Amino acid sequence: MTSMPESAQLTRNPPPVVSCRDLTKSYAMGEQALQVLRGVSFDVKPGEFVAIMGPSGSGKSTLLNLIGALDTPTTGSLSIAGTDVGGLDDDELAHLRNRVIGFVFQQFNLLRRTSALENVKMPLLYSRTPAKDADAVAAQRLVAVGLGDRQGHTAAQLSGGQQQRVAIARALVTSPQLILADEPTGALDTKTSKDIMDLFTQLHRDGMTIIMVTHEAEVADYAERLLRFRDGLLVDDIRQTPKAMP
Amino acid sequence: MNLANYLTSALAAIRLNAMRSILTALGVIIGVASVIVMSAIGSGARQEVERSISRLGTNMLTISPGSSRSGRSRGGAGTATPLSEDDMDAIADRIAGVSAVTGSLSINAPIIYGNKNWTTSVTGTSASFPEVRDWEVDEGYYFTPEQVQRGAKVAVLGSSVVREVFGGASTIGERIRIAGAPFEVIGVMKTRGQAGGFRDQDDIVLIPLSTARARLAGQNATVPNQAGSILVKVGDAGDLAAAEEDIVDLLRQRRRIRTGMQDDFRVRNVAEIVQARTAAQQTLTWLLAATAAISLIVGGIGIMNIMLVSVTERTREIGLRMAVGARKRDILAQFLTEAIVLCIAGGLIGLALGVGATYAIAFLAGWPVLVSGTVIAVGIGASAFVGVVFGYVPARQAAHLNPIDALRYE
Ligand SMILES: Nc1ncnc2c1ncn2[C@@H]1O[C@H](COP(=O)(O)OP(=O)(O)O)[C@@H](O)[C@H]1O
Ligand SMILES: [Mg+2]
Repeated sequence: MTSMPESAQLTRNPPPVVSCRDLTKSYAMGEQALQVLRGVSFDVKPGEFVAIMGPSGSGKSTLLNLIGALDTPTTGSLSIAGTDVGGLDDDELAHLRNRVIGFVFQQFNLLRRTSALENVKMPLLYSRTPAKDADAVAAQRLVAVGLGDRQGHTAAQLSGGQQQRVAIARALVTSPQLILADEPTGALDTKTSKDIMDLFTQLHRDGMTIIMVTHEAEVADYAERLLRFRDGLLVDDIRQTPKAMP
Repeated sequence: MNLANYLTSALAAIRLNAMRSILTALGVIIGVASVIVMSAIGSGARQEVERSISRLGTNMLTISPGSSRSGRSRGGAGTATPLSEDDMDAIADRIAGVSAVTGSLSINAPIIYGNKNWTTSVTGTSASFPEVRDWEVDEGYYFTPEQVQRGAKVAVLGSSVVREVFGGASTIGERIRIAGAPFEVIGVMKTRGQAGGFRDQDDIVLIPLSTARARLAGQNATVPNQAGSILVKVGDAGDLAAAEEDIVDLLRQRRRIRTGMQDDFRVRNVAEIVQARTAAQQTLTWLLAATAAISLIVGGIGIMNIMLVSVTERTREIGLRMAVGARKRDILAQFLTEAIVLCIAGGLIGLALGVGATYAIAFLAGWPVLVSGTVIAVGIGASAFVGVVFGYVPARQAAHLNPIDALRYE
C-alpha cells in the first residue's frame, strides 16, 4: 500500500517519491484565514537531494510537515511513495511515518534521559520488530553515523552534533525511502554543521532521497536541487552541482 | 509496542518523578489498606458469628427475666420476678419439641485452691446442662439430679480454670473453696475455645443450681426456687420458632400478664444474641468500606490529575512518538499502563500497610482476623480498576493530540 508498485521500478522514469499538486495550507486566525501555502506543485524523484530555502515565515516548515504526514493540507493533493496521503486513516498515516519517512528536526527531539541506543530504537517499537533485531539494527545505525562507542550515553550526555547524529540514526532505523530534515544544522556551529552535511551527502550517495529545509546558503550547496519559496509560493526550482566532500 | 515496552516506559516515567509518584499514589495506598482491613475484619466477624452459633447451638433458647412493671415505673433488666424451677418444669412438661431444660444462675466469685486465687463465673445449673449446651464432660462426671436435689458441694471446672488454678494438673477429687465454702471437684468440661470477642466460655465453674442458690444468691432470692435464666434445648425434630411462641404464651400465663401488657421476660435464640454482639463490628466494617471507597475515589482523582500533568509535560515526547510512527492506541496504552502501574504499586504498598494494620487491630481488640487470598486479590484488583478508570481520560487526551501541535508545544 505504501511501498512502490513493482512495475514502477522497471520503467526508466521511476515515479516520484513525493508528488505535490496545488497544495495549500491556511490557518484560521480569528475571523481571517492566514494562508501559509498558496498552491505548491513539484515532484521529487527517488535518490534526489533537495534543499528548500526561503525567508523565515515563507512556509518551508509547513510544507515539510505536510510531506512528513504530520499535518494535513487544506486543499490540493499529496502522494508519498505512490500513495495518496489524503485517503489514509490515522493508523495508515502512522505506518507511513514509521516505515516510509524518517524525520530529522532542528531541535533533535531526543528523549534526554534515555540512552542513544533506546532513542534510535524508538521507531522500531512501533513497527513490531522483535526486541533482539531492534537492538542489533539500532546499534548498527549508530555505528553508521559514527557513534558506535556512545550507545549507552544519554542524549543529555552528548554534544549537539552527536545528538543530531543520534536523531539521524533514528530517522534511518526503519530503512525509510525518504529523509525529511527541517533545518538540521540550525542549532549547530559551522564545524559541526559541516560534519552533519557530510553525513547527508553520504546518505545521498547511498541512494537515499532527502528533502532538507535550510536558510543557510552553504548548507543548501550540498544539495543537487534547490527549491526557493517566498510567501507560500515556489518561486525557483534550480538544478545545481552539489558541493562535494573534501 | 508490546507490554514489556509499555511497562519499561511506565516504570521509567514513574522513577523519574519518584516523590511525586508516591504522593500521588497515597490515596490509592490508603484506599487499598482500608479495603484490606475492612474485608479482613468483616470476614472475621462473619466467621465469628457462624462459629459462635455452632458452638452455642442453633437449637437453644435463652429465657431471662426482663424489666418489672410495678406501677408506672419500669425497672432495668432483671428487675422483674425471677424465673423459678417451677417455670423450668412447666416448660419441660408442657412445651412440645423441648428435649432438655436447665437453669443457669451465674455470679462472679473467687475460688481458692492452695495459695491460688481466681475469680470466675460460678454458675449453678441442673444435671441436664451438658445436654442443653451440647457440651460434654472431658474428665470425671457431671453432677447428678440427686446431687442437685440435695445441694451437694461439688464442682465441675471449665478448662481455663483448670489451667489457671491447677496449672493443668489433674484436679478430680481436689478440694477448692468457692466464696468461702469447700467444694469437691468431680469433673472437667471439654475445651470450647476462645469465642473471639466474647467471653472465654471455658472460664467457668459449674455447681448444682440448688447449691448456687443457697450459697451465693441466698440473700437476695425473692423466689424460693429461683433458677436465674432458663436454657431450653429444642430437639432435632422440634420447631424452634413454635417452641419460642409456646414458651412466651406459657410464661405470660404463669406470670399473669394481661393481654396488651408487655412481657417481663425475654426469650432469645442464640443467633439473635450473637448478631446483637457483632452489630458493633458490622458498623465498623461499613465505616471502613465507606473510607475505602472514598479513598479510592480520591486516590483515583489524584492519579487522574497527575497523569494530566504528565501528559501536558510530555506533549513534545508524545508528538515525537507520533512522528516516528506511534498510533493513537500505542499512546493510549502507554499512558494507561503508566496509570495502572502507579495504582498497582500504590495498591501493593497499601496491601502491606493493610495487612499490618489488620494484625495490629486484631491484636489490640482481640478480634479474629482473616487475610485471605480473596482479600488480597480484591485489593490489587481495586487498584488496577482505579488505574483504568481514572487513567483513561488522560491517556485518551494524549492519544488524541495532533502530531504537529504536540511537537511544536513549548
Ligand atoms: N499552527 C499554526 N497556527 C497559525 N499560524 C501558523 C501555525 N504554524 C505556522 N504558522 C504560520 O505560518 C507561517 C509559516 O510558518 P513556517 O512554515 O514555520 O515558516 P518557515 O518558512 O519559517 O519554516 C508563519 O507565519 C507562521 O506564523
Ligand atoms: Mg521553519
